[in-house]
Amino acid sequence: MRHSQYQIWLLTISLAAATLGAIVYATGMGHIAVPGADILRVIAARITGNGALLAGIDPVIPFVVLEVRLPRILTATLVGGGLAMSGVIYQGILLNPLADPYTLGVSSGAAFGAALALLANLTMIGHFSVPLFAFAGAALTLLVVLYLSSFNGQISANTLILSGVIVGAILAAGISFLKYLADEQVAVIIFWLMGSFASRTWLDVAVVAGALLCGLGLSFYYARDLNILSLGSRSADTLGVESTKVRWILLLGASLVTAVCVSVSGIIGFIGLIIPHLMRFLVGPDNRKLLPVSILAGALLLLAADTVTRAVLPVEVPIGVLTALIGGPFFCVIFRRRQRRAL
Amino acid sequence: MNAADGFALAGVSFAYGAIPALAGLNLSLKPGRFYGVVGPNGCGKTTFLDLLTGGKKPAQGSVTFMGQPVADYRRRDLARLIALVPQDFAIDFAFTVQEVVLMGRHPHIGRFASPAAEDWRQVEAAMAAIGISHFQDRYVNELSGGEKQRVVVARALAQQTPYLLFDEATSSLDVRYTMQIFNEARRLVRDEGRTVIAVIHNLNLAAAYCDELICMQGGKVAACGPSDTVLEPELIKKVFGVESRVAFDEFSNIRQISFRYWS
Repeated sequence: MRHSQYQIWLLTISLAAATLGAIVYATGMGHIAVPGADILRVIAARITGNGALLAGIDPVIPFVVLEVRLPRILTATLVGGGLAMSGVIYQGILLNPLADPYTLGVSSGAAFGAALALLANLTMIGHFSVPLFAFAGAALTLLVVLYLSSFNGQISANTLILSGVIVGAILAAGISFLKYLADEQVAVIIFWLMGSFASRTWLDVAVVAGALLCGLGLSFYYARDLNILSLGSRSADTLGVESTKVRWILLLGASLVTAVCVSVSGIIGFIGLIIPHLMRFLVGPDNRKLLPVSILAGALLLLAADTVTRAVLPVEVPIGVLTALIGGPFFCVIFRRRQRRAL
Repeated sequence: MNAADGFALAGVSFAYGAIPALAGLNLSLKPGRFYGVVGPNGCGKTTFLDLLTGGKKPAQGSVTFMGQPVADYRRRDLARLIALVPQDFAIDFAFTVQEVVLMGRHPHIGRFASPAAEDWRQVEAAMAAIGISHFQDRYVNELSGGEKQRVVVARALAQQTPYLLFDEATSSLDVRYTMQIFNEARRLVRDEGRTVIAVIHNLNLAAAYCDELICMQGGKVAACGPSDTVLEPELIKKVFGVESRVAFDEFSNIRQISFRYWS
């Protein structure tokens, strides 16, 4: 079932190639179709500053590619990778294969923050009000959950999940109340909650890329420690892993990546749950192999989903709804098949 | 070996919240011996081991290991000196047996380094000693309780530490595998001068393998010393509340305890 070392390398490289290919291909799709060669020329011209490369291309195309499509496509790709990475880390730390980046209530916190900003119609910081409120909501929720679940500087997997569920439930009630207060404005809140990558900018790309890079660095640095944490903290401690410290650092890192992703795109479920699960099925639980393939697969999947809703479907379906509608049944099938195999 | 080697506990107390677990422990554990820790359920045996590994910090008193307070060691340094076979050995992720035993080499391998030939050799040797080499490619989450426990013992052996701590390491094993593990531990004490500190529930097993016994009751040491002097019917009656007879058994070639089970 599980693949050999060689096959895992092959899988990692093909996923990376497929993601890069999909970025170029997706950029060509949409109201104005752009051939792949033209896209590469536009990108090359921007990078090298050599205007001659644009000869013979409609002048509107560079704008469409560079200012409209690429920021959105890259944001979706990075968010997909970030959510999948956080999912791997959460599942590893919480010792629970059903945990996802939202288990600790980070999404509810972000949603509450965003709903508050939308309801109060806050525009003091312009375009960034909603994402900033969402991020603040997510970060505050995380701090409350960590405070609730830590005792004597130790945090255990069970108390974390329980605290996350409790805080999430309180926030969900808060969000319902905000929606009730919003009255006619409720549609704006609902749309934000369902997630979208429409009109993302290069700034969004940079913010998500920065968060993802930090998360990547941390998770690869501690990947082997995370493996050993799955033996339980008592074993991990006597194997030389500072389990409490590693848990804190990875949990904060993964949660901040999640918070950034949510604040940029709204709540997109299932990527952080399904991708790590599926990939663990293929490459095994070793985080040093699992992290790269999960990040790439998450990126590829969310890019594909966003491209379908942007360029294939006649109406733009909220991306969070699409991932749940495709991911949910898919997960059920796999879950059922594995259960039958285990009997 | 100098006199400062081994463990020294001075006035050690520990409590879980308001519930005291250990009170005023004074003990010194010398290197190169096989220690058994016995006592009724909930008398603080596991807490005692956790204090030795630095997993728990004493509320009062001090735990010194090789002349230095345990708390002053870096985890990684301590992991090269002390290995623990814990009581719980549940693993929910599908690592192979070999991968789990290799985790025992973690404190010996640099952060971004790959396992060296020596690491693989130790992994092979540990699996061979415990007799689990033939299922090294199976997934640990699909093993039986007893098989998992043997994997965890092999992981501790692969760690190659001078001090080995067993917390009921054979609780799920049949008599054959129990003897296999304790024979290997005994051999390590005899041939390599290592120190074993094992929490054991089976008093006859403790009598057979341990040089010294620490008998605990209600967070205190009820008796300690050479196994032959500690295990007496009066103590067993006082600590466990059961009648027994202790006599030399010719077949075992050791003092064994008989109980009057029911009548």
